[in-house]
Amino acid sequence: MTARAPGTPIVSLKAASLSFGDRQLWHGLDLDVRAGEFVAVLGPNGSGKTSLLKTILGQQKLTSGTIELLGKPVPRGSRMIGYIPQQKLLERGTPLRARDLITLGVDGHRFGLPIPSRAVRARVDDVLEAVGASGYAKVPVSLLSGGEQQRIRVGQSIAAHPRLLLCDEPLLSLDLHHQRTVSELIDEQRRTLGTAVVFVTHDVNPILPFVDTVLYLAGGRFRVGTPDEVLRSEVLSSIYDTPVEVIRTGGRIAVHGTPEGYGVHDHLEHLLPPGVPG
Amino acid sequence: MDGDFWGQIFNFADYSELLALVQNSIFAGALLGVVGGLIGPFVMTRDLAFAVHGVSELSFAGAAAALLFGVNVVAGSLVGSLAAAILIGLLGAKARERNSIIAVLMPFGLGLGILFLSLYGGRSSNKFGLLTGQIVSVDNPQLLWLIVVSTVVIAALLIMWRPLTFASVDEDVARARGVPVVAISMAFMVLLGLATAVSVQIVGALLVLALLVTPAAAAMRVTASPLLTPILSVIFAVVSVVGGILLALGGALPISPYVTSISFLIYLICRIVGWRRARRGSSARQIARAAAD
Repeated sequence: MTARAPGTPIVSLKAASLSFGDRQLWHGLDLDVRAGEFVAVLGPNGSGKTSLLKTILGQQKLTSGTIELLGKPVPRGSRMIGYIPQQKLLERGTPLRARDLITLGVDGHRFGLPIPSRAVRARVDDVLEAVGASGYAKVPVSLLSGGEQQRIRVGQSIAAHPRLLLCDEPLLSLDLHHQRTVSELIDEQRRTLGTAVVFVTHDVNPILPFVDTVLYLAGGRFRVGTPDEVLRSEVLSSIYDTPVEVIRTGGRIAVHGTPEGYGVHDHLEHLLPPGVPG
Repeated sequence: MDGDFWGQIFNFADYSELLALVQNSIFAGALLGVVGGLIGPFVMTRDLAFAVHGVSELSFAGAAAALLFGVNVVAGSLVGSLAAAILIGLLGAKARERNSIIAVLMPFGLGLGILFLSLYGGRSSNKFGLLTGQIVSVDNPQLLWLIVVSTVVIAALLIMWRPLTFASVDEDVARARGVPVVAISMAFMVLLGLATAVSVQIVGALLVLALLVTPAAAAMRVTASPLLTPILSVIFAVVSVVGGILLALGGALPISPYVTSISFLIYLICRIVGWRRARRGSSARQIARAAAD
């Protein structure tokens, strides 16, 4: 199991807590993310999933506890990090083609003119090939479909060989086919190059085959473990403090009965209670 | 008609004087075209067109104050536009906040400028020039200011081009990758203030957008290449300014209408070209996609 592999953790949270005013998102969180580990961060909206990513990116300070990136306090953003943001279609008229967005992932932080070196161009060609986007390399990004843009986003995030990949709902609004392709691309990256992956999502099913560790956040509580350890009726019931049923059917996981008051709890596929007309 | 009359019109000494004057103006105009053409794509991607307008009104107020107190007009203009640009940069991180701040600043700046001009008792052509342009009156000390400021802006833009692009088109990812997005944003506002101040000297406060926005907007209609966009934008801006000066020389009209008309005409052509290409392009893409599926 890569999850238990030795070595310096890529990300390490110790006794980490985050509150906004008197609202506590999580408290006493210990989490090590190791090279090649695929961590899924699950939970209802407002449970602090995106805030966790912001903490790793150094944009959000912990209320207490420590967080380290590769053994050092987290900087404000890092060359070691690849980041796939929530899908936000780029505006029409943005002077950028698909390959230019990936090029920014390689050398966008460097000063100078936008004239990529031969090595950078070669790397961008490889990435385009890897994410299956060579066919629309020169199409303006704003003209690409949602699925195409997310492929380019994956390419951009892995282009500079990051040690850590942070994904914030990268599958949102993609159809099943593109959800699978994008998930597989991310999985391939961490398996071939040992990139650690922290993947925030409201639906674990598309990535379930790849996940080593689940961090489940809800109502100020959390649970860390393998999917089998965490995604169980008694575990989620204790997090939510109310009976919750986890049903596994045909390799998919569905959760039934999460209470009101946790925002939109579409964190996993939900079933209607029996007898209620759909 | 005796020779005296023609001598008055075709006076060689006068002509060489005129030529020297025009050379200065053309040089200043071309330099300004380069500044406007280079900064324009960032004004567009950072959604700062309205900010340019706001900054230019404050620049006008600064220049008017300088005129009233008898100090360097370019310096006054610089102070006004830098103050406005930095204020907008500090207070308006989000587009909506920014727009309301600009909308508050702009009439205030214009009002101040009118106040100073009303109190000023000097030549009225100076007054009008600040609003609508006065390039033919660019003298040597002014020219030096323009060259220095423009060179600073061009050099700074070229140095920070890549991270500035990253921060402008893809802010979240740029920040995650460790690009100092906030510092870059402030640095850009300072450059925008400088560029606006020098543009005000040439085309006037009311018409700055024709130089800092229109050429880039035109270029972005016909290309999405991050390299070709600034190149085209610079060409469009230089053609607009230099062409405007050359056309204006013959008549008694100010150069601004010539500059803005050429600039607008280029934009119109680019829009039509872009629209026709998009129609062809998107259908070609549909065919390509259908073939790939």
